Amino acid sequence: MSISVAMTVNGKAVSGKVEARTLLVQFLREHLGMTGTHVGCDTSQCGACVIHVDGKSVKSCTMLAVQAEGAKVTTIEGLAASPDKLHPMQEAFRENHALQCGFCTPGMVMSAIDMVKRHNYQLDEATVRRELEGNLCRCTGYHNIVKAILAAAPAMKSAGV
Amino acid sequence: MYDFAYHRPKSVADAVGLLKGKPEARAMSGGMTLIPTLKQRLARPSDVVDLGGVKELAGIKVEGNNVVVGGMTRHADVATSAEVKAAIPALAHLAGHIGDPQVRNRGTIGGSVANNDPAADYPGAVVGLNATVTTNTRKIAADDFFKGLFETALADGELITSISFPKAEKAAYMKFPNPASRYAMVGVFVAKTAGGVRVAVTGAGPCVFRVKAMEDALAKNFSSAAIKDIKIPADGLNSDIHGSAEYRAHLVGVMARRAVDAANK
Repeated sequence: MSISVAMTVNGKAVSGKVEARTLLVQFLREHLGMTGTHVGCDTSQCGACVIHVDGKSVKSCTMLAVQAEGAKVTTIEGLAASPDKLHPMQEAFRENHALQCGFCTPGMVMSAIDMVKRHNYQLDEATVRRELEGNLCRCTGYHNIVKAILAAAPAMKSAGV
Repeated sequence: MYDFAYHRPKSVADAVGLLKGKPEARAMSGGMTLIPTLKQRLARPSDVVDLGGVKELAGIKVEGNNVVVGGMTRHADVATSAEVKAAIPALAHLAGHIGDPQVRNRGTIGGSVANNDPAADYPGAVVGLNATVTTNTRKIAADDFFKGLFETALADGELITSISFPKAEKAAYMKFPNPASRYAMVGVFVAKTAGGVRVAVTGAGPCVFRVKAMEDALAKNFSSAAIKDIKIPADGLNSDIHGSAEYRAHLVGVMARRAVDAANK
């Protein structure tokens, strides 16, 4: 069954024809060609596919594209203000060496931004570690990811993002 | 995932109408269980009726002595609700420990309760607080709602519209989460209410159950010492890769004592 779907992705209106069973992450990657959002486990555990839908972090491998009809979607591609100016969270990941292979990074960054905002830019290490329970990294052991998020929180606040 | 016909009704009446006469149709709330089930081809519904557009189903109200949570209310909204935190903090705590932040942003109370996964958290609160489940056709008492493994009193096409939780004098929920999935290996909800003490156990058996021996002991003396010698038989409890029935039986006692201590704080 072919269904028309329309939503806003990173501020741009997009639309397409999908099947009812098309996952939101498939729509982003395969229909729109936006491959920044990754599919890791495909079982809603690893968090590589985390994006924001109407301002809330969700696992896009466990949402149908049709469920995002009319929604405002933000992906990793929509964070940087310009190609040479990263989002403070991306910059903090870079500065703190918070990635090795980089596969989990898009989801980590999207979860981290949501986390910082929900906690009103005030986080401690224990909170960051607990809040990361939906994101798996198999390289770094999380230490530098936690450091990056703690560094990004005040940077996001002063940048007003 | 097999394909299906997708519907997005705007009202409960429309949703019920879409489900009617279609024995293979399924309602979907947050989809946190249904979508993984479809991906594994463990279910093949003819139609999926998405309740995401039914605004009347979401929201939290305090009505007299009860906290009424709409069926489509997300776990994150229950966890952070000022009303729930003030009226029944144990319920907010439980909701805040389901899955992970992304699952809590999508998953709903109605979906969790209707699915009745043996390791789900919410059935513990529904039974522990003696809640009432309201559907599009009737009201069902907690003790009559959960029937067995993934089985409830809901009829085909019947939808949970809200769940009403009476405030408790004291209550707490303690769970031992599976370290990977965060599902409850064992979760115990303890409540001291006007109607007596209730102890509801989730995760340990095929379905949420009450422990009468603990309830009787706690009614006389609401302290963890009062239940320290009560042993839970392992017969019929879940035994799997994550833990044996004996291990879960032991955990019931530990989590119950921790819950009583937390409720007394």
